[in-house]
Amino acid sequence: MLSELPLLSLTIWTPILGGIAVLFVGDDSPAKARRLALVVAVATFVLSLPLWTGFDVTTAAMQFGEFWPWISAFKINYHLGVDGFSMPLVLLTTFITVLVVIAGWEVVQYRVAQYMAAFLIMEGLMIGVFAALDAILFYVFFEAMLIPMFLVIGIWGGPRRVYATIKFFLYTFFGSVFMLIALLYMYFKSGSFEILEFHQLKLGMTEQILIFLSFMLAFAVKVPMFPVHTWLPDAHVEAPTGGSVVLAAITLKIGGYGFVRFALPITPDASASLDWLIIGMSLIAVVYIGLVALIQQDMKKLIAYSSIAHMGFVTLGFFVMFAILRSTNSLSGAALGIQGGMVQMVSHGFISGAMFLCVGVLYDRVHSRQIQDYGGVANTMPVFASFMVLFGFANAGLPGTSGFIGEFMVVLASFKGSFWIAFLAALTLILGAAYTLWLIKRVVFGEVVHKHVAELQDINTREFTILLVLAVAVLGLGLWPQPLTDVLQASVNNLVQHVAVSKL
Amino acid sequence: MQNIYLSIVIAPLVGALIAGLFGKKIGRSASHWVTIGGVGISFFLSLLVFQHHVIQGAAAYNDTVYTWMVVDGIKFEVGFLIDNLTVMMMTVVTFVSLMVHIYTIGYMSDDSGYQRFFSYISLFTFSMLMLVMSNNFLQLFFGWEAVGVVSYLLIGFWFKKPTAIYANMKAFLVNRVGDFGFLLGIAGVLMYFNSLDYADVFRAAPLFATKTIEIIPGTEWSLMSVVCILLFIGAMGKSAQIPLHVWLPDSMEGPTPISALIHAATMVTAGIFMVSRMSPLFELSTTALSFVLVIGALTALFMGFLGIIQNDIKRVVAYSTLSQLGYMTVALGVSAYSAAVFHLMTHAFFKALLFLGAGSVIIGMHHEQDMRKMGGLRKYMPITWITSLVGSLALIGFPGFSGFYSKDSIIEAVHASNIAGSGFAYFAVIVGVFVTAFYSFRMYFLVFHGEERFRHNHHHAEDSGIHGHDHAVTPHESPWVVTIPLIMLALPSVVIGGKTIGSILFGDYFSGVIYVEHEHDTIAHIAEHFHGAFSFAMHGFIGLPFWLAMAGVGSAWFIYMKRPELADAFKSKLSPVYNLLERKYGFDEFNQAVFANGSVNLGKCLWKFGDAALIDGVIVNGSAKVIGWVASIVRHVQSGYLYHYAFAMIIGLLGMLTWIVVR
Repeated sequence: MLSELPLLSLTIWTPILGGIAVLFVGDDSPAKARRLALVVAVATFVLSLPLWTGFDVTTAAMQFGEFWPWISAFKINYHLGVDGFSMPLVLLTTFITVLVVIAGWEVVQYRVAQYMAAFLIMEGLMIGVFAALDAILFYVFFEAMLIPMFLVIGIWGGPRRVYATIKFFLYTFFGSVFMLIALLYMYFKSGSFEILEFHQLKLGMTEQILIFLSFMLAFAVKVPMFPVHTWLPDAHVEAPTGGSVVLAAITLKIGGYGFVRFALPITPDASASLDWLIIGMSLIAVVYIGLVALIQQDMKKLIAYSSIAHMGFVTLGFFVMFAILRSTNSLSGAALGIQGGMVQMVSHGFISGAMFLCVGVLYDRVHSRQIQDYGGVANTMPVFASFMVLFGFANAGLPGTSGFIGEFMVVLASFKGSFWIAFLAALTLILGAAYTLWLIKRVVFGEVVHKHVAELQDINTREFTILLVLAVAVLGLGLWPQPLTDVLQASVNNLVQHVAVSKL
Repeated sequence: MQNIYLSIVIAPLVGALIAGLFGKKIGRSASHWVTIGGVGISFFLSLLVFQHHVIQGAAAYNDTVYTWMVVDGIKFEVGFLIDNLTVMMMTVVTFVSLMVHIYTIGYMSDDSGYQRFFSYISLFTFSMLMLVMSNNFLQLFFGWEAVGVVSYLLIGFWFKKPTAIYANMKAFLVNRVGDFGFLLGIAGVLMYFNSLDYADVFRAAPLFATKTIEIIPGTEWSLMSVVCILLFIGAMGKSAQIPLHVWLPDSMEGPTPISALIHAATMVTAGIFMVSRMSPLFELSTTALSFVLVIGALTALFMGFLGIIQNDIKRVVAYSTLSQLGYMTVALGVSAYSAAVFHLMTHAFFKALLFLGAGSVIIGMHHEQDMRKMGGLRKYMPITWITSLVGSLALIGFPGFSGFYSKDSIIEAVHASNIAGSGFAYFAVIVGVFVTAFYSFRMYFLVFHGEERFRHNHHHAEDSGIHGHDHAVTPHESPWVVTIPLIMLALPSVVIGGKTIGSILFGDYFSGVIYVEHEHDTIAHIAEHFHGAFSFAMHGFIGLPFWLAMAGVGSAWFIYMKRPELADAFKSKLSPVYNLLERKYGFDEFNQAVFANGSVNLGKCLWKFGDAALIDGVIVNGSAKVIGWVASIVRHVQSGYLYHYAFAMIIGLLGMLTWIVVR
């Protein structure tokens, strides 16, 4: 019965319409706006659950499909559907949004209704990005999503928010314009905007290279990959806690998703010949960004850089298959890499969200993000300290937490590609532990030296609940990743088979 | 049996969770009872398993508990392999852990983090059991990292102490360097064996004996050498071998019970256990074995020297642990895996005993750790005194004590080996015997014999202060929760070596578990001369190691008891040597300067010049500036004056006309 409902449309439009309703409730009754926002977020999350429970793990085909003609003159359709790649990301979005709404409960006092509405509308648009099977529909969601994030940083952000928003907007917009050209080109070649038809479209090598590069530009900015990453630390630093959480947990994933939905299947030969570029940029992300993270004095900047380093594993996992193919003449290990990248995305959603929430908890009390303003937090906030240490270890990729699985899989797969790729990637064991534990040491441990730290109150029930839910997610996935890998399996194998066949 | 195995692992975890999450609610004594109960169950069930496998001779058990995930046709599982090696480790770990749990009641009685401490040590027991009971590389790595984390939490248990939170971060990071190699080793195993299951890998290993790979293009590397050395780098971190040993002395910042449990008896021996477990792989590469041998010999010798100059009672024991781990590693290098594991076991008992004895002294001395302020304690702490003497005799390998059997076997095995590096290793372990005896009895004499130096120090304090009288410093014997574990550990330190050497080294205890190539089989050489434990001990009295040990004890007595001024004389005469030892050969300074400061400076450079100057400065803000500049010029075009526009139109029209006419 459930499967007959247009579930994807419901998960997209419930938060968008709900968000508009929250706007109408208005700022004069913030309490009502909060309550309504929570109801909408929870309802969306509940609506998204059947996508998982009703998901058929045996097939790589699109499920929960919906198809309505939209602009028939240009054959643009409202076409939705999810497979193993997108379904987990849709659930991640609905899950994180609930937490973000709760996280903003008492903290946001300025324009509450608009704050909540922005996040709800953004949620719907991001789900749209993951569920769209029509290229124009995808592009509309992809660009529209920028607006609420732009507003969130621009209105509720820190002192340099204007610089950050403009940088964020221009960076991402710059990338996506090229993607639009590529999409239009393929429309003129195939006469359709169906993404799945693009997958089958025959393309020459030059075409593939150009299309690949335009996709790469669009998605590398989102991920973000070195060297187009510098918008992220600025955006994170200026964004309010909720904005940082959504940015790190979900927005970045759109970049990774773009690679598996567009770049790899549409331009397999270009991907194979330019894999060194992506692998090189990913490894730089792991090593270079890891070192840069080490010296950050601002907690949010440090976590932002750590996000970039972790996302390096995503892109590395996706593209290491070509190195494997060259070095072993076999595809064994290719699926391991791609699954590793996907698992890393979901896991990073939990962990980076949790880390930014932890910083938010401290920021709400002390109003500083500087590491030197803390020290000895464990003395006054023991419960919070336990959570932060747990998430810190997850961030450092400790086995038993979700942070381990993706990195482990990608390193195992990389070894098949080349010893040196694995060598550089595995450096994250040292660098990741170094920047995370050094942060923990300076913030959580030690004597209390500042008066404001001595006066800290431990987390309240609301904060405790959010962190507990994330802790359960991080540990649950870490101890038993099979439910997630089963969902991914068919789609990943299908992608590997598809990419292995040349389009030339 | 699977339920029993599972219960052994789960019981301490449940205890840890209850004490950790609800410790404040259930209170102190409930917390120690629930964790002691958990570990007690584990120990009792381990004995049952021992009975089942070792005494009744049940076959090894190897099965999956649950599938972690299946990806790309590779199964990642959580499962148990229970054979005689596992059983030995389980029994030792749970026994020492139980003793340490009981001891902690006394040692930590006035600490505000009481419940948290019990939670951590139970969690450690769980992690260590997961490590030793694993039947695959994934779970091994899980346990490997998990014990590392608990070690981190425990070294930094007193998280207000700057030295403690520096030491725990250092410990974790140095271990991560080892894990870096370990992970690559595991990746290598997966690449060629396409499985992470021990049984699959070991079965297929001989097929890859001569396989070579190209790590640097154009060079051929033996696959097994690469994989084994990478795996061993992991062991070097965990088992604190040069140059990754630097974290262990600093780990003494943690409370003494965990120094005994984690940094002496169990966790640091994980590397030794792991290499023994992997004997079917290491046997295929003499290069790797030589590497292991040389690293072990360096550690055994040079770490021993450092023990001589320490004044902190715990640090002496720490350096002795490093040196003994070197002995075990040497044994691995000469393929005497069973001797390594045998020494691991006896060492677990006597070193835990020595640490807990040191802890008892520290309580008795009201948290004084400096041996220069002790002396003559035997009168005040008779049980601690006797048990420490037992531990020291076992450590120096006095014939008849447990340590003698295991250490002498290692020395004999090195002697019998002809692998590259064995000559140096023999020299190292022989000199090591003298050094061990010297620093052990230096500590023993300084603490328990001679002048009672604590009185002087106190009088100074009293002269100036308004504090009370002698009662504050008079050493006292520790409560029974402390002394009972000492006695319980002293017993096996005396008897277990002689009782088990026959079956462990020369019997079939490890048949089917540890695999040794025929031409490496040094233990078989010793076996030819083995006629029972008693004659082995008797023979020990005429061996070179015994006389070296006696010389060590004698010189320690002469220098520190008979002629104390000699110690200072040596110190000033040999000041370059003393300085070198004082600076611990400069490892810490080097690491701090090159690795720690190096990465921070590199990070700063990359950030400043890469992110800030190049990407943001030139490209991002640069292009924004260029656009702004172009706009500022082009802006003049749009002046708003009609005659400007009209003029432009006329010029344009003229231009067009000219073009049409001219072409």
